[in-house]
Amino acid sequence: MSEQKTVTFIITRQDHPDEPAYEETFEIPYRNNMNVISGLMEIRRNPVNANGEKTTPVYWDMGCLEEVCGACSMVINGTPRQSCTALVDQLEQPIRLAPMTTFPVNRDLAVDRSRMFDSLKKVKAWVPIDGTYDLGPGPRMAESKRQWAYELSKCMTCGVCLEACPNVNSKSDFIGPAPLSQVRLFNAHPTGALNKSERLQTIMDEEGLMGCGNAQNCVQACPKGIPLTTSIAALNRDTAIESFKSFFGSDQRI
Amino acid sequence: MAGTRGYVNRRLHSLLGVIPIGIFLIQHLTVNYFATRGPEAFNAAAHFMESLPYRYVLEIFIIFLPLLFHSIYGVYIAFTAKSNLKNFGYFRNWMFMFQRITGIITLIFIAWHVWETRIAIGFGWAELNYQLMEGILTEPFFFWFYIVGVVSTTFHFSNGLWSFFVSWGITVSPRSQKIMTYASIIVFVALSYVGVRTLIQFAYGV
Repeated sequence: MSEQKTVTFIITRQDHPDEPAYEETFEIPYRNNMNVISGLMEIRRNPVNANGEKTTPVYWDMGCLEEVCGACSMVINGTPRQSCTALVDQLEQPIRLAPMTTFPVNRDLAVDRSRMFDSLKKVKAWVPIDGTYDLGPGPRMAESKRQWAYELSKCMTCGVCLEACPNVNSKSDFIGPAPLSQVRLFNAHPTGALNKSERLQTIMDEEGLMGCGNAQNCVQACPKGIPLTTSIAALNRDTAIESFKSFFGSDQRI
Repeated sequence: MAGTRGYVNRRLHSLLGVIPIGIFLIQHLTVNYFATRGPEAFNAAAHFMESLPYRYVLEIFIIFLPLLFHSIYGVYIAFTAKSNLKNFGYFRNWMFMFQRITGIITLIFIAWHVWETRIAIGFGWAELNYQLMEGILTEPFFFWFYIVGVVSTTFHFSNGLWSFFVSWGITVSPRSQKIMTYASIIVFVALSYVGVRTLIQFAYGV
């Protein structure tokens, strides 16, 4: 080989949350088995763009590097996904990196996903067991149900489903599929089910379940393969029953 | 609670699209189909509908009020979506966008259609009979305007029926939703045939 193979990245950058975005191209030496993050690390090591000008290192977020923390999500060649599992060999070049548009940009590729964590608080995505005395062991969960619930628990709040959803945008307050599916997860838990109605009430508004328009991009985009649209349809059924109960009254409310 | 109104509005929007508007659509297309049996059959069927007891009550509560709510709230829903078909060209995403586009087309079509027929008849500018529709549809522009309007309406109804089943939690599993997709395609083809066949009858007399 006479000349060295290179990888080209075109990166949408932003120096400050309030400053305009701009594109910068980088050409870095190719190595075997590179992922997007190792490419970004190479740019950090030698922050010189394709024109040979010295620039600031590209900033991005990362954590686990094995697709379980969700921190390194970004839009890679138009698709929102984790940059740790985006292998350079499988990507079309030039590789275009951009921050997810659904979230406010902190700097370059790092976004602020606070809205997702706020949504988890809104929908009470936990099992309340704190109290003044020991409640003892909870009821047993069937193994088959545990395995099923485990799939829902794989959500890492990465934000890809929000990015894929046409109804999550600046014109709507829709919280997106991820926190909705968590309502189903915690309602399925035998102890969590004690607060089922309470949790359902939190999503019975336009920002919640009613924001869904059934475009079903979320289930296609989810890197963890969570059945998000099944969760939403199941919650549609649960909230329909819940609203009848709360409107007409019921002898079976919890 | 601030969100309750939004919740009720969405539920109402979903319900009204099928009951009563969807049912009315099927009835309306069916009665019009009498035209294929000739002008007399159409006039008799139209006259029967026209002379139903407490007709204004039926029209207001089964047609006009639900239609107004569904269309005004629907325009709001349509304009809060932001298309991302370029990066997510999945079948359901296309249907999602078509549902919003056909909603707007259908609204324009129905507004014109109601003005030209029901309102014109109400003010005595026109008389409800076979000749009224024949007069409109023999003009090529309006024939195609009606073809687009009717097919857009039947699409909006059939695809809306699919989302109605999801929105009320009737079809939850992916398999049930897939079967419902096929069912909604059959509904779309069947209703479009009924509608278009009637239009051809009025326009070309065959």
